[in-house]
Amino acid sequence: MMENGSSFPAGAKEPAVIDERSWARLRWRCRRGMLENDIVLARYLDKTAGAIGEQELAALDQLLDMNDNELWDLLSGRTEPSDEKLQCLVRQLRSA
Amino acid sequence: MGLPVRKFDALVVGAGGAGMRASLQLAEAGLSVAVLSKVFPTRSHTVAAQGGIGASLGNMSDDNWYWHMFDTVKGSDYLGDQDAIEFMCREAPKVVYELEHFGMPFDRNADGTIYQRPFGGHSANFGEKPVARACAAADRTGHALLHTLYQRNIRARTQFFVEWMALDLIRDADGDVLGVTALEIETGEVWMLQAKTTLFATGGAGRIFAASTNAFINTGDGLGMTARAGLPLEDMEFWQFHPTGVAGAGVLITEGVRGEGGILLNCNGERFMERYAPTLKDLAPRDFVSRSMDQEIKEGRGCGPDKDYVLLKLDHLGPEVILKRLPSIHEIAVKFANVDCTREPIPVVPTIHYQMGGIPTNYHGQVVAPRDGDPEAVVSGFYAIGECACVSVHGANRLGTNSLLDLLVFGRAAGNHIVDFHQRNKEHKPLPRDAADLALSRLARLDGAAAARGAGEQTQDVGNALRRTMQAHCGVFRNDELLTSGVSKVMEIAEQVRRIAIGDKSKVFNTARVEALEVENLIEVAQATIVSAQARQESRGAHARSDFDQRDDANWHKHTLWHRAGNRLSYKPVHMKPLTVDSFPPKARTF
Repeated sequence: MMENGSSFPAGAKEPAVIDERSWARLRWRCRRGMLENDIVLARYLDKTAGAIGEQELAALDQLLDMNDNELWDLLSGRTEPSDEKLQCLVRQLRSA
Repeated sequence: MGLPVRKFDALVVGAGGAGMRASLQLAEAGLSVAVLSKVFPTRSHTVAAQGGIGASLGNMSDDNWYWHMFDTVKGSDYLGDQDAIEFMCREAPKVVYELEHFGMPFDRNADGTIYQRPFGGHSANFGEKPVARACAAADRTGHALLHTLYQRNIRARTQFFVEWMALDLIRDADGDVLGVTALEIETGEVWMLQAKTTLFATGGAGRIFAASTNAFINTGDGLGMTARAGLPLEDMEFWQFHPTGVAGAGVLITEGVRGEGGILLNCNGERFMERYAPTLKDLAPRDFVSRSMDQEIKEGRGCGPDKDYVLLKLDHLGPEVILKRLPSIHEIAVKFANVDCTREPIPVVPTIHYQMGGIPTNYHGQVVAPRDGDPEAVVSGFYAIGECACVSVHGANRLGTNSLLDLLVFGRAAGNHIVDFHQRNKEHKPLPRDAADLALSRLARLDGAAAARGAGEQTQDVGNALRRTMQAHCGVFRNDELLTSGVSKVMEIAEQVRRIAIGDKSKVFNTARVEALEVENLIEVAQATIVSAQARQESRGAHARSDFDQRDDANWHKHTLWHRAGNRLSYKPVHMKPLTVDSFPPKARTF
């Protein structure tokens, strides 16, 4: 269950740069094996509410391809992303 | 009908440790195997298992499977089936060595043998002294297990159907299971997946409770499908609580924190565990600490504005100890409790962790149900293993390290049994004409008229109401008054579930539809749980009743079966006869 999940914002102020289907697909891929990751990702999705740019989307896709322990190490600050493109997103996720 | 059909020798639903151990056995035997998973296989909840795999290898000191069996029977509070427990404990070393050969990166001793660590409840010589029995890969055993099994399955050409959700079982007029209907999440297409055998390895349903350590995917899909197919669920009143989940989030704070000297406090700043367990204090067994915490909260000594949690204090250990020995705890406290645990205590509550009950099976993994006077008649073509199954090796309370062992042993055993079934049954049975009716009618209802009028219930509201009700009425503290009113409330919520409607009718990645379907599974598990708990008038293992605070073997030494039709209960005997050794009769459980 995505208890904290958000629906696509119909009247978002910022024009959303990804379409509704990509957003739904993204939300589903934020379903993880570890509750810690589920919660952090759900908070981030709630905050961005669909207003996410192409670059951010690519970075998020890359993060979501990681296994859960690798991802949690990044989100909890135990490790730092080696890829520069991920740094900005990881910072946002950590503060979510 | 008219749905597309795909045909396999064997179908596995769920790609966690259990599903992948079974599919490996099948693919390596040359069967065509399809494994369905809502998420990518290595992101299954098995990844969260840290502790290890219990097996009497005897690498650290003398050990044998009979001692392991004794610990498991006693741990189960004598509700576990002793044939299945003997089978599991005897097979344990074999499945561990097999994993070693698959390339599992176990921790090692200097002499190259697998290192084993001690774990609560495991003893040598029938409770005489602790024994090191847990085989682990650092604190990431589940992760290592999933990756090892996934790689091996790819090599064996197992076909994975990732981001597919099974909807309902297909049974024919004989009651045989012939496959499932399933939703391909990406396209929204519904398929019929036909197979000679169908194996459920769908995991637990910990998301029926508000406070749960389980990931969001743990919605009991296999249990929901089983109940809707007219088959019972066994011992669903037994759920293990972990004493220290972060209040409001559920995220687990490991027992290691109390091992290092962390203590629990009530609103008066009192270290209350000294009162309940003068010797072991904060390190008493999980179920005991959970009940003590709950007692404090129920008697008004909880903390916070709603007095609904207690505090885990560890700042007295000093920042060096915390950051060095418990680094992840500091992060968890900041992120999920918003506290710096080097300065402030962490709010914690007893949190649902593991489901002991499930789909009734025998130790071959075959699903069994009452038929024509036989309480355990085999349902042909249907198997279940792992947390979704009740075989029953955990009985009323699971011993640490036995969950990973359970999925390996019974994954392998069910795999072997299915290969044999495949060889004896050359043809697929024909699918009945109404094979897809149940699933299609459920989908149609979600899209139905109520949705068009905007009159339906919202998935999230109903799901939240269910979780809150289960937490309040069927948590650690149980009595007749709470349970009876809880049953009524859950029945009301079940009515609301039938009125859930989704506004979004699109097909591609429609997660609103998936989440609604998940709530339909959760409600079946919740009903089974609270109805079974209300009826059981004793305290045994994880089921603790304040109005019946003793174990009552004369009346309640039996397994519960919940039947969806009429919300009815029946009971069946515990298997007291092991396969080859003497039985362990019930004794008082003291530590």
